[in-house]
Amino acid sequence: MPEASTRPQDAALGTGLGRVLLLVYGVFALSASARALVQITTKFGEAPLAYLLSAFAGLVYISATVGLAIGGARGRMIALISCSIELIGVLAVGILTTADAGDFPDDTVWSHFGSGYGYVPLVLPFIGLWWIWRHRPRA
Amino acid sequence: MNGPLSVVTIVAALVLAAWYLLRSALNRAPSRLDLLASLVLSAVVAVLVVIAVVGLFDGSRPSDTATFAGYLITTIAFVPVAAYLARLEPTRWGSLILGVACLVIPVLVLRLQQIASVTGA
Repeated sequence: MPEASTRPQDAALGTGLGRVLLLVYGVFALSASARALVQITTKFGEAPLAYLLSAFAGLVYISATVGLAIGGARGRMIALISCSIELIGVLAVGILTTADAGDFPDDTVWSHFGSGYGYVPLVLPFIGLWWIWRHRPRA
Repeated sequence: MNGPLSVVTIVAALVLAAWYLLRSALNRAPSRLDLLASLVLSAVVAVLVVIAVVGLFDGSRPSDTATFAGYLITTIAFVPVAAYLARLEPTRWGSLILGVACLVIPVLVLRLQQIASVTGA
């Protein structure tokens, strides 16, 4: 492992690649929540389900960012739960929006597996979960 | 928002992104020069944002001013935040942080142009 030469194995969750994830999760926390805020305040009636989902996605990204930032056993658990929900969310919403756009007349971060965001929302939870798994506490 | 400065910003960000990603791939931490370059890019972006803000006060406002303002704040703050994180991370991942930030800047500038082109007037 290349980073092992510069960082100890038990380095904090938010260092090394974790710090890159922190930045990317931070960006998505910001963009998903801001998007939800604009959608809900300006045109909530048009697609309430999609906008509530946007807000939910924003919260998931915020908690993943916080989990990565605080680290330790608690931060790791928060990040693990958030990334898992994120993975389920992007897969479920991706499948639903691809199969039938009926309930989602407007887009969210997770629509069509995050195609509006370069599929980053689809790839991100896998990298996140892999990183958290690599940082599992050793007995 | 559509002037040559936008083009310069996008091209500079992409060139820097390629450089930082290469540095990261070669397992290099960001050098002083790398961090300095990101600050120069921040300055160019700041000029772009200031011009856009001035443009808000001479008539044609984008119909979605709140979103536009949100993007302006994100755009001006983005590279400095990444540079700060990269300074904390003197490994290849620091270079990757700068590379990711430089890839996001063109997206932000293009989004700004998109929002600005839809005017309420």
